[in-house]
Amino acid sequence: MYTDIYNQIKADKEYQTLVKRRKRFALSLTIIILFVYFSFILTLAYAPHVFAIPLSENGVTSLGIPVGVGIIVFSFILTGIYVRKANHEFDTILNRLKDDLGIKHD
Amino acid sequence: MIKFFLLSLFSLSLMADAFSGEVEKQALNISAIIMFVLFVGLTLVITYWAAKRTSTAKDFYTAGGGITGFQNGLAIAGDYMSAASFLGISALVYANGYDGLIYSIGFLVGWPIILFMVAEKLRNLGKFTFADVASYRLKQKPIRILASFGAIATVTLYLIAQMVGSGKLIQLLFGLDYEVAVILVGILMIMYVTFGGMLATTWVQIIKAVLLLSGATFMAFMVMKSMNFSFETLFATAVDVHPKGLAIMAPGGLISDPISAISLAIALMFGTAGLPHILMRFFTVSNAKEARKSVFYATGFIGYFYMLTFIIGFGAIVLVSTNPEYLEAGKALIGGNNMAAIHLSHAVGGDLFLGFISAVAFATILAVVSGLTLAGASAISHDLYSNVFVEGKTDEKKEMRVSKYATIALGVVAIFLGIAFEEQNIAFMVGLAFAIAASANFPILFLSIYWSKLTTRGAFIGGSLGLATAVLLVILGPIVWVQVLGNEEAIFPYKYPALFSVSVAFISIYILSITDRSKNAENERAAFEHQHIRSETGIGSEGASSH
Repeated sequence: MYTDIYNQIKADKEYQTLVKRRKRFALSLTIIILFVYFSFILTLAYAPHVFAIPLSENGVTSLGIPVGVGIIVFSFILTGIYVRKANHEFDTILNRLKDDLGIKHD
Repeated sequence: MIKFFLLSLFSLSLMADAFSGEVEKQALNISAIIMFVLFVGLTLVITYWAAKRTSTAKDFYTAGGGITGFQNGLAIAGDYMSAASFLGISALVYANGYDGLIYSIGFLVGWPIILFMVAEKLRNLGKFTFADVASYRLKQKPIRILASFGAIATVTLYLIAQMVGSGKLIQLLFGLDYEVAVILVGILMIMYVTFGGMLATTWVQIIKAVLLLSGATFMAFMVMKSMNFSFETLFATAVDVHPKGLAIMAPGGLISDPISAISLAIALMFGTAGLPHILMRFFTVSNAKEARKSVFYATGFIGYFYMLTFIIGFGAIVLVSTNPEYLEAGKALIGGNNMAAIHLSHAVGGDLFLGFISAVAFATILAVVSGLTLAGASAISHDLYSNVFVEGKTDEKKEMRVSKYATIALGVVAIFLGIAFEEQNIAFMVGLAFAIAASANFPILFLSIYWSKLTTRGAFIGGSLGLATAVLLVILGPIVWVQVLGNEEAIFPYKYPALFSVSVAFISIYILSITDRSKNAENERAAFEHQHIRSETGIGSEGASSH
């Protein structure tokens, strides 16, 4: 049913660039989150004492607390960055392409 | 019908009250039961409303595809924030401090990966189940059988764990008998799902998520208020009173060696991306844009919730472990460590708030089991019945009828297994569910989306090998082989098999696909191009229904 449209869009230069850019963007963010999480996990496995270091001389709050909370906040921020770029920049290009092909979109 | 049900619920609770001994416990039971009855009443009204709007298969499986990203984000958070994670993680923090945070982080980081890799492609390619996506260009029969087997296994293991947990929790909180509690949960869940389908399930999920987040926020706020809003004061007080002292501020025994650490990380990340009841939620929104937003909101709510449970766990150390009212003679918590959050609710908000949190915990179980059952039922009706058994030669009405029977059957099975497993050690079940999701569901889904050379042979045999390896290694590992079966030493030394079973799945899928020289394999590779365009653009994908 969509074979014609698929063949048309496949040949479109702008579509090809969009797909490439989006792939690179998603992959970079994936690598970042994997890197952050595995650094955390491997530090826990090999050097757990690092996270036990207190933040101040007389305090008990350890380095692990801000690092842990930081990873949670960072994950949320990363999803925000992705959604912002995908829903605005990438979708605008995609919608323009769909307009050119006469396909309805929202 | 609804009236009758409320009435019988009430008489059940009155009966239970007559049996429970202590005067003090009775008083708190009543406020909990009233709030729970209010919740059930509200959800049944919603189910009635949803039932009138559920006429097609699309309505039943995906709420007509008209859920917004924000609503879906809340519902996903609702699916993920089970009673087990609320009570379990706060208990872990209560007992070990920092380790609880490590655990939460593992459960959270799967979400960004789902967003970057899976969410929008799933929405663009699928219709009702993740098997739709996995079998998009492959042979329907084998792939759907494997995918639905993975889905049903994951759902059943999860269901048993939830049912047993719910029975014990309700027994403790409301004074109901274990069997009565399990049957009650089973019947309510069957009603939500058979009558209200995905629409009712979604709203039950949303209401529960809002209640749970508000309750937990209040508890964390009260804890911080008593500590003059200083984390240092909270931690310092906790270190003073905790038997482990300063050790609660540092990583403990949760992560022992690098292999277990990586294996647990893989199970949690890829497992989350292979949970059928979570994946199914992406078909309830209208397009890729809303699917992305869902994950953004879900990640926010879940992350916030985990921070709250961390404060709640420390709050329990400070306010509960020092108060003899909540302790048995031996200094242990009444009802075990899993009751830390529940006791804390009493410590900060009195009987009324304890009633609220107990009712929320019950509501949480109901919502989670409903989502699970719906996912299991759709694997049976949409994948196994429609696409394998009768090979698409059916109409919507019939498929829906089958899914309702499947819901009832799953509910009854869950009740029986819940009762059968009462005295069993079920700690391994959620871990096994994640291992199967990561080793079978995720590899075939991920590779079917991204890898053009995937063939039916590779996906079917490789995915099956991943599943079998996960099951086998869990059985031979320390949790089942030693703790459940009582053997001296584990044959497979690691608690989490994912590193090995996921590798087995990916490697065997790869080898069996690239060596597949059949005509069929050639066609499947050729079909990737159009699938890829659809997954990238959403052209040709299932839209929201018109009404």
